Amino acid sequence: MELIIQGIIKAFELLISFDPEVMSITWLSLKISGTATFISLFFGVSIGTAVALTNFPGKRLVISIINTGMGLPPVVVGLFVTILIWRNGPLGFLEILYTPYAMIVAQAIIATPIVMGISLASIQNLPPNLRLQILSLGASRMQMVWVLIKESKLPLLAAVMAGFGGVISEVGASIMVGGNIKGYSRVLTTATVMETGKGNFDIAIALGIILLILAFLVNLLLTHVQQRQHLR
Amino acid sequence: MTPILTIQNLIVQRGGVIVLDVRELNVEESRILALIGPNGAGKSTLLLTLAGLLKPSRGILRYKGRTIETNADRADMRRSVSVVFQEPLLLNTSVEKNVALGFKFRHLNNVEIKRNVDEALNYFGITALAKRSAKTLSGGEAKRVSLARAFALKPQVILLDEAFNSLDPPTRETLMDDLRHILEETKITAVMALHDREETLRLAQDAAVMVDGKIVQSGTTAGIFNRPDSEFVASFVGTETILEGTVKSGSAEMMEIAVAGETIQATGAFPVGQSVYCCIRPENITVSTDMPEKTSARNVFEAKISKITRQAFFYKMFLDCGFPLVAYITVSSCEDLGLCEGSVVAVSFKATAIHVMRRE
Amino acid sequence: MHRFKSTKWLITLTVVAALVVLGAANVFAAPKQKNIILATTTSTQDSGLLDKLIPLFEKQTGYFVKTISVGSGAAMKMGEKGEADVLLVHSPDAEKKLVDEGYGVNRRLVMHNDFIIVGPAADPAKIKGVKSSAEALKMIANANALFISRGDNSGTHAKEKTLWAKTGITPAKQKWYQETGAGMGHTLNVAAEKKGYTLTDRGTYLAIRKNLAALEILNEGDAALLNIYHVIEVNPVKWPKVNVAGSKAFADFMVSNNTQAIIKTFGVDKYGSPLFFPDAGKKVEDLGK
Repeated sequence: MELIIQGIIKAFELLISFDPEVMSITWLSLKISGTATFISLFFGVSIGTAVALTNFPGKRLVISIINTGMGLPPVVVGLFVTILIWRNGPLGFLEILYTPYAMIVAQAIIATPIVMGISLASIQNLPPNLRLQILSLGASRMQMVWVLIKESKLPLLAAVMAGFGGVISEVGASIMVGGNIKGYSRVLTTATVMETGKGNFDIAIALGIILLILAFLVNLLLTHVQQRQHLR
Repeated sequence: MTPILTIQNLIVQRGGVIVLDVRELNVEESRILALIGPNGAGKSTLLLTLAGLLKPSRGILRYKGRTIETNADRADMRRSVSVVFQEPLLLNTSVEKNVALGFKFRHLNNVEIKRNVDEALNYFGITALAKRSAKTLSGGEAKRVSLARAFALKPQVILLDEAFNSLDPPTRETLMDDLRHILEETKITAVMALHDREETLRLAQDAAVMVDGKIVQSGTTAGIFNRPDSEFVASFVGTETILEGTVKSGSAEMMEIAVAGETIQATGAFPVGQSVYCCIRPENITVSTDMPEKTSARNVFEAKISKITRQAFFYKMFLDCGFPLVAYITVSSCEDLGLCEGSVVAVSFKATAIHVMRRE
Repeated sequence: MHRFKSTKWLITLTVVAALVVLGAANVFAAPKQKNIILATTTSTQDSGLLDKLIPLFEKQTGYFVKTISVGSGAAMKMGEKGEADVLLVHSPDAEKKLVDEGYGVNRRLVMHNDFIIVGPAADPAKIKGVKSSAEALKMIANANALFISRGDNSGTHAKEKTLWAKTGITPAKQKWYQETGAGMGHTLNVAAEKKGYTLTDRGTYLAIRKNLAALEILNEGDAALLNIYHVIEVNPVKWPKVNVAGSKAFADFMVSNNTQAIIKTFGVDKYGSPLFFPDAGKKVEDLGK
């Protein structure tokens, strides 16, 4: 108990003093996970929508694969990304192992199926005749797809939340492909693991609290937008 | 006058099954065509095809004489043919933004959009709803918004799928009147899938009866209701009495038909010995307590009331005069005459009120 | 399409995301060609020594060091596969094998500290005061007292296995023997929680002692407990992608007089005694004398 209180006090000390190391770790976490979420939003929404709106043989199989991907274990992603981008691996020439880029790639791979699965479900959940109605009002195919995506914006916001929440709190892949390099690829989760390993529970708790606050703030922001949409 | 939309030998398949097989259909300009028939008859499929939203497996669709073949043709046609579905299908935004949707697709500027939207809202009497969220509308209001959205675009043809379904009766009544006025005023050609005979009679000038993906009879509404081609159409359009009979004798325009030992006089010219159906619409039968002394009706029978059922605004009487007969009588007349089950009455109907058709 | 406006939030989201991407690209773009991958043990990282030395090295040379701290075994595996440029490890037997097989070159002694056996103050196996570390382990085994092992092929784990071999006891699968498979810090935490014995390097123990109230040093000073760190350059002949110059620069840095002086005093201010003893230029045989 004493440890927790000590940790919380330390966390506030670090926060209030704008400890440069903690701030840079936090900022880096936000940048990496934010970028990864944005990338996953692009691929997830476009592919999810395309799958939802087209009929092709094997569609059910594809949907099952996407749904399975929503629960992709981060360490497995980390492992495969590492193997691929090893210096002597097939994508070694990119020289991105142990860089924030590699972390973005891994996190985007983790988040994309989540966003894709939710987009797919939300587009499929729209009334089946809505597509025809929009086309009948003179929309081109692109305009129709755009209206459908806009119409699913609430579930898509949920997708962003789920994706971002998944990757910012993810540690397995980040430590494998990022390497937890100080001031370069050390993010909140990997730093928390390291500080716990060093027995610095107070700093670990502080980092954990920052992570919680961060996740809470992002969700608060998105929920606020979502609620405003509801009221309008 | 050339029809604005025509269909020839059109076949639509779904999952290998033929769901629509229309030999011919002409939609005349500035008229209202009703598609009627039981559920699953293919009315909605036919509407989607006419709207250019569904690619037929085979056959020809012409819009203003131009054959619609490619996806581009269909997309082009969709700019002047609008559909209003059974469910309102409004987007989760304000009413005016919903009505503006079609104009956004056409890249109109905001001033023009506003003018058109206001006009359409005014037309359907929903100006007050402009700023409301579509989610908060009642069923009738949502329906009006969805109609306004389609009419705002001033389409050449408007296609309505079960427009009045799931609306409560008063809402339905006023909407039906408003819609008829708007169609009359704008001269927009309309095709409506309807399942109610009364709606058909009130709104449509033309009708096509569908069953199992086929059009079994088409023509003017009056023609179909009064002169059905088949027993199916007859019963579907509400001819309550359909009697089997044989032509006994005939002159130039008048026939005597033997029905269950009685003789009915009807107009028409079928050869003697021909098996026929005699169709008598209930509203064409007069019921009285005494034998009418002077009547122009050729057919007068004594009948026993076997059953009376209450309808919305009238009674429906099942009569037995050797053959079964169904007649309507107003609630007040029924009470004035003191009729009840078992009463004996006189029924009369004109020879011209009987529609005779060939029985195979 | 162009005039087909999206709602405000979408625009905001896009702009924010775009800024994030641009910002990220800017920051991440900094180090590129001058990267060195240093594979090292958890003990050098957890003790804080590298946090002190590496910024110094980067400032002096302009290289950017990516420190990947894993167990010695994994670190050498990375060297063997050419995934690292330079190794700082403490598993002498395995190191020799690596160099003999031609994966590592120019192996140089950097520093040492020593291993110690720590355990609960109650000392159920009564090992306190026993001189030989092997003997102490034997007593732990005979008393069926809980022993926590790294179990991760690290240098510490290798040392522990060597010591067990001397006792003739096979601890694996014994009830009183548990493996964490984690770094030194984690393993010490586990030992403290479970009141078990464990073998640790002195540096890590001292560095995190404040959180380990339950653990005391119970066996130390045996020559067999020396913990010796070498720096090894990965052989560029085997792996052409290795950063030869960077690897050599880092190895040279580690044995330079300046660095050795820092190692000598590192930790004195915080723990009262140094965590490592600089040994550059010495011979392994002379250590601990």
